[in-house]
Amino acid sequence: MNKSLLVYLGVLFTVVASLSGLVLVPDWQFRGIQPYETEDGIRYPQPLAGSTALGREVYIDLGCVYCHTQQVRPEGFGADLDRGWGNRRTVMRDYLFEPRNLTGTMRTGPDLANIGARQPSRDWHNLHLYNPRITSPGSNMPPHPFLFTVGGDESRRPLGATPLPAEWRTPGAAYILPTSRGRHLVDYLLSLNKSVALPEAQ
Amino acid sequence: MGASTANPLPAPREQADLATRAQIDRSCRQTVSIYYASAVFWLLVGSLLALVASLKMHLPGFLSGWEWLTFGRVRPAHLNTVIYGWASMAGVGTLLWLQARLSRVRLPLPLLLPVTGLIWNAGVVYGTAAILMGYGTSTEWLEFPVPALAFFGFCLAVIIYASLLMMMRRKVHHTYVSQWYLYGAILWFPFLYVAGLFLTQAPNVNGTVRAISNWWFAHNVLGLWLTPIGLASAYYFIPKVTGRPVHSYHLSLLGFWTLALFYNWAGTHHLIGGPIPAWVVTVGIVGSMMMFVPVITVAINHHMTMVGQFHFLRTSPTLRFVVFGAMSYTAVSVQGSLTALRSWNEITHFTHYTIAHAHLGVYAFYSMLAFGAMYYILPRVLRSEWSSAPLIKLHFWSCGAGIALYFLALTWAGIEQGRMMNNPDVPFLRIVAYTLPWLASRSVAGVLMTLGHAAFALLVWRIFRDAGKSLPGPTLLTPARLWPDWRRLWSRAGRKTS
Ligand code: HEC
Repeated sequence: MNKSLLVYLGVLFTVVASLSGLVLVPDWQFRGIQPYETEDGIRYPQPLAGSTALGREVYIDLGCVYCHTQQVRPEGFGADLDRGWGNRRTVMRDYLFEPRNLTGTMRTGPDLANIGARQPSRDWHNLHLYNPRITSPGSNMPPHPFLFTVGGDESRRPLGATPLPAEWRTPGAAYILPTSRGRHLVDYLLSLNKSVALPEAQ
Repeated sequence: MGASTANPLPAPREQADLATRAQIDRSCRQTVSIYYASAVFWLLVGSLLALVASLKMHLPGFLSGWEWLTFGRVRPAHLNTVIYGWASMAGVGTLLWLQARLSRVRLPLPLLLPVTGLIWNAGVVYGTAAILMGYGTSTEWLEFPVPALAFFGFCLAVIIYASLLMMMRRKVHHTYVSQWYLYGAILWFPFLYVAGLFLTQAPNVNGTVRAISNWWFAHNVLGLWLTPIGLASAYYFIPKVTGRPVHSYHLSLLGFWTLALFYNWAGTHHLIGGPIPAWVVTVGIVGSMMMFVPVITVAINHHMTMVGQFHFLRTSPTLRFVVFGAMSYTAVSVQGSLTALRSWNEITHFTHYTIAHAHLGVYAFYSMLAFGAMYYILPRVLRSEWSSAPLIKLHFWSCGAGIALYFLALTWAGIEQGRMMNNPDVPFLRIVAYTLPWLASRSVAGVLMTLGHAAFALLVWRIFRDAGKSLPGPTLLTPARLWPDWRRLWSRAGRKTS
């Protein structure tokens, strides 16, 4: 009886210890982190709001995190910087207001921490999300046609729609128009930019 | 066991023993049946989702028009059905049966425990549907939305209570090593789940702390929930089937407490190079290195118990699966520790290598052990026999070959992927093109494993159909039943096939 009880207590102790050590101590140590104020008075980071915040929900519900990271490894550890995935490593402060852990563990696709800076074209993202093989031949990223409606009449192409390149056109498909979710998602991608110079990331 | 085989009529004491065991097995029947049958159901669902996800990786146009089947939803649906449906439900069944047997008491709460099996299923249905409909959390290993806690929290509370009741009522005063692991598992997992869910989903948690909690949790689900149940089974079934005691009590003790102390701390090696404090990463690496102690200890202990007994692998399905699992445990743990080394992690992190590693753990180690346990336990609680030795063989070889191909293909692809990724002159799409054939061979592996699961499901279906039929007396009263029976079954099958 007593010995079993000791085992119970012992095992509880081990897990409480690791939770405290790995999670609660860093939480307490970095409680005071504040957004950084640049010389031009910009505060970074800012919590996302409006369409970009809704776009993050779409990013979460479509599971982009299973193929994409959002973290840049430091100089000398991998080739993240040389690949142009960022101009500096990412640090704790970059994630101050993240409501979910989207740092990711898999790079079937490239890192997206700075995709807004790297690929600022809305039309590119529309085409790529609609069918990645339009912009990136050989890509195994899944198409997301359900984020778009397709129109066939080029002369009535609405504002915000992206024309399909000639070789991808069919009689019924001349342009694609993002749904509201599609628009939010692209807004979110365009907002991803961690290039503000932070002192701790030098 | 050997003695009882030579003896046509067991001694009275022995007979009473056997009757007690049969009663205990009987008391487990409903609960274990519900948990095991559901586990097998989720294994099939999980395999199907895995196949869809795997095919999508090299045939991205496959079923791409349906949002609910997009890769980013099918993949977490696969992970969560196999972890919370298959692995956890099989684990609960094994845990309860083992604890009842080892404490020599009947399984308590005969009404409530089977009901938890139903509620657990409802939780998995709810969570999986939520993921497919887009309500998943995208927090790896915790994708079920927060309300899932209501389902699992209730079930786990009841299971803890049952476990404590058995501990207090137990008739055996020696605490066998399997028991320690079971006590650990049943307390660790609920704690992990509540703390992990809270820290990753609650508002006002710093994003970095979320990332750390995420990997503290995800790593520990394997390490402090599935691993202890798997090791408890290995510690139970290897001596049970071979009839030899565990090699060393002291090694068992050392192995358990070092696992309990070190595994906890290893999870942050998933964040090497990430935006977390350097010391947290270092702690994770040190924890991973220290894991060599319990792993080598357990490996020696199991190996020394098996020495001279390997011929049982030919006859006992339980032992085959269990030994396959136990050996994979050593392999996956050594690999895990090495992967935590910075220089190796720099290459393999973010690649298919990690996926291969995860399957070596959850599949080659844990799932094979779970199959082994079910092969032993189900005939005893249902009082019937497995219907076909060839099907068991098909199950073993199909899954064994499948996971081997899976592991080798993705490990290789992952290493190359990582090396190419770390060379900025290689265009990204070249890396994608390089991995495609390996991803296709992973689908082949998946088909093999699914075939094995189908064979197993058929066997399970039949043993449920035959429940109570072929074993009129208490489980072990016919002495010939324990292993000579297997031998006859196997040699008959051998003659048929060869
Ligand atoms: C099956 C894995 C997979 C999934 C899921 C996935 N992607 Fe991709 N993604 C890739 C691959 C591979 C590439 C590189 C080839 C290309 O450009 O298509 C890529 C490229 C990208 C790029 C361009 C990056 C660059 O540097 O040019 C963006 C942006 C992107 N993905 C966004 C997303 C979003 C948003 C989602 C979720 C809706 C998503 N991806 C889901 C695999 C995936």
